[in-house]
Amino acid sequence: MKRRDFIKTSAGAGLGAGFVLGSGGHDGFFRAVQARSDKYDMIAVMGGSPEAMFDLGIQELGGMGAFVKKGQKVLVKPNIGWDVLPELAANTNPLLVRRVIEHCLKAGAREVYVFDHTIDNWVNCYKNSGIERAAKLAGAKVVPGASEKYYQEVNIPGGIKLRKTKVHELVLDTDVFINVPVLKDHNSVRMTCSLKNMMGVVWDRAYWHKNDLNQCIVDYAMFHRKPALNVIDCYNVMVQHGPQGVSKADVVQMKSLILATDWVAGDTAASRMLGTQTSRIEYIPMAHKLGLGTMDIDTLNIKRIKM
Amino acid sequence: MRSAFLRSFRIFFSAFIVICFIVVFSDFKYIIPSKYINLLLWFQFVPSAVKFYDLFTLATAGFAGVLVLTLITGRSYCSFLCPLGIAQDINSRIGGRIRRKFRRYGYKKPFTVLRYLILVVVLIVTFFSGIYLLTLLDPYAIFGRSVTMFIKPAVIVMNNFLVWVLGKFDNYSLSHVAIGGYKPVSYAIPAVFFLLVVSLSLTKGRLYCNMICPVGTLLGFLSKLSLLRIRFDVDKCTKCGRCSLGCKSSCIDFIRYRVDVSRCVVCFNCINTCPEKALSWGPVRFRKKTHTTDEGKRKFIAGSLAALFGVPAILRSQDSKTPIPQILSTVPENRTCPVAPPGAGSLEEFNKTCIACSLCITVCPNEVLVPAFMQYGIAGIMQPVMDYKKSFCIYNCTRCTEVCPTYSLRPLVIEAKKLTQLGKVNFIKDNCIVKTEKTACGACSEACPTKAVYMIPYEGNLLIPETNTDICIGCGHCEFACPTKPYKAIFVDGNPVHQTAEKPVEEEPGIKAPAEFPF
Repeated sequence: MKRRDFIKTSAGAGLGAGFVLGSGGHDGFFRAVQARSDKYDMIAVMGGSPEAMFDLGIQELGGMGAFVKKGQKVLVKPNIGWDVLPELAANTNPLLVRRVIEHCLKAGAREVYVFDHTIDNWVNCYKNSGIERAAKLAGAKVVPGASEKYYQEVNIPGGIKLRKTKVHELVLDTDVFINVPVLKDHNSVRMTCSLKNMMGVVWDRAYWHKNDLNQCIVDYAMFHRKPALNVIDCYNVMVQHGPQGVSKADVVQMKSLILATDWVAGDTAASRMLGTQTSRIEYIPMAHKLGLGTMDIDTLNIKRIKM
Repeated sequence: MRSAFLRSFRIFFSAFIVICFIVVFSDFKYIIPSKYINLLLWFQFVPSAVKFYDLFTLATAGFAGVLVLTLITGRSYCSFLCPLGIAQDINSRIGGRIRRKFRRYGYKKPFTVLRYLILVVVLIVTFFSGIYLLTLLDPYAIFGRSVTMFIKPAVIVMNNFLVWVLGKFDNYSLSHVAIGGYKPVSYAIPAVFFLLVVSLSLTKGRLYCNMICPVGTLLGFLSKLSLLRIRFDVDKCTKCGRCSLGCKSSCIDFIRYRVDVSRCVVCFNCINTCPEKALSWGPVRFRKKTHTTDEGKRKFIAGSLAALFGVPAILRSQDSKTPIPQILSTVPENRTCPVAPPGAGSLEEFNKTCIACSLCITVCPNEVLVPAFMQYGIAGIMQPVMDYKKSFCIYNCTRCTEVCPTYSLRPLVIEAKKLTQLGKVNFIKDNCIVKTEKTACGACSEACPTKAVYMIPYEGNLLIPETNTDICIGCGHCEFACPTKPYKAIFVDGNPVHQTAEKPVEEEPGIKAPAEFPF
């Protein structure tokens, strides 16, 4: 329902933008957009601290209030997969996670939850990523995800390889889902970002690897509990040896942030930041074909901010 | 001394010790710092003795303290410091509550031949064959295994119940813990000894300690020379027999006013029980008695001490450089050697000194260590072995090496651990998803902390793993992550002697930060 609306409006906005720009009415168009600032398809910010970039970006989307209503329960899902220090950029920047949570609570969220089904030992991941501390400081509940008990089986209608999976109870129990992935190189699917971050909400990760990883990523994207917003951390970007990395040499500081409601579009933009040909990241064109989002981001209304 | 304080002190002190031990061995949150664990274990007789033979430094000579303590106070170690002994006392008390009959012990004849036979056989086998008999009978190791395998799961069940209750109130402050468990066969020996000790102590007091336990027998033997003992005031004693009835070591022969010091564990129960205050604890009084057996005893002690200290040193000096069987094969899951935990150094050395107390197994935050069944052969039964199907070794963790009470796992600083190669990676291309299914996977390479497993172009857009054993540390994360069944497409084959891996290579990335948005 929401997605359909979104696609319609974004298609409309794209058409409109194209028309206005084509007819040379730049000023009028920008004024119109300013007036309804929540109608950007994507916000890209560059050059500031993670917090400052998010502050600006979310403001352009009409504030966190556009996504989180008073009294709602919010799930903030960063990438906490690896037991490494923040500067190695294998996990989402803790400063960003903290700021996202603060905005949610400011918008009136009843409770904000943070968790990830980690690859390394979860206690160490939560601790060494700095995310547990940051999230608690911001006032969120840090929830474990390392036991099958926390996961409930769901069906994914339309899934080709992934028809059934166990997802964390918070995915089902919360009202708003905010995806906060970190952009990274990936050793086999070439990039991990918004769509691939969903591997951290399911119990059986090995199943994905075993049964066509790209297809499973796309299949999961069909599950109805989708993120309302994808906050893509491109501050420090692991450009090689991903998704775990070996040393600081693998990290390039890009000081950027992408906010997108359409995660396929967000991932497409992210892939360009990484300098990877989007079509080689197979799950992106696959998701595009299924209408789960668009990879034609040049038609979108993107607000670019340089700080 | 006749004070009731003695018994209260014993109960208080031993309760503290046994609680510490239970907490350490059932710490499923892995939060007890290693330094406290080391402090607690310093006085454990067998681990300390094994460590001492291994290192020859006084810093590891906690067992010598126990010997001195025994020469002064008798077998107080068994009542105050031995976790298995204390646990048995608790169990005996429970037994007494169940049936009063279980609390009436009375004097019994000692199993002199049996216990000394066990001690001698254990010593001989340990010095000339392997440590397995000591492993089997050492009270500390029995206690450790029992708690790890039977008590810890119970504690986790209680935790999970609490988690469930808290979960009803949307409280996530505690976390659900899955009970890992081991192969059923690993439980066999610990279960037999657990049941044996529990049933004996439930009905017969300290019979295990006085019949089987080699430490009990050794300390009992030394106790015959101890300074402080329980003694009778013949004038006050009315021969009511309560002391004997209440003695869980069954060592008080009140008819003849005798206390068998080799079996007395200095629990002070008798002092409190005696209505006439005829029993007290104090310096031994030598009666006019001729020296009859002392020479033989002394020779035995001297001989045993010489054997204890000398033989292992001689053996060690002879075989310090053993040939290294160099094995590298790519045959499907052809495991030629088990993977021993970090710090084990050479398997041969490790198998000789580990008493399988399971402390490393229980403190491993990733639960990758399991008791070996036959991986090391019969001599290494129950010793820890890496099970990469169950979990993997954490790259920046040295927990097991920090706590090992026998130094079978030598301490490793984190930098050394990160380069300690426990085994080498083997890739079986024919099992790999990328080849068989023609789909992307890369679970192994993703998990590899050093990129000893990396991806190279394969058909079309696909990438397939390739390995570099020079930088592989054998952590097993690739094997654990590999989704193929029943055979893994990638596995770690253990090194018989742990080696040093090369440092991971740092490469300059070809990508720069974009100055403008590339979209």
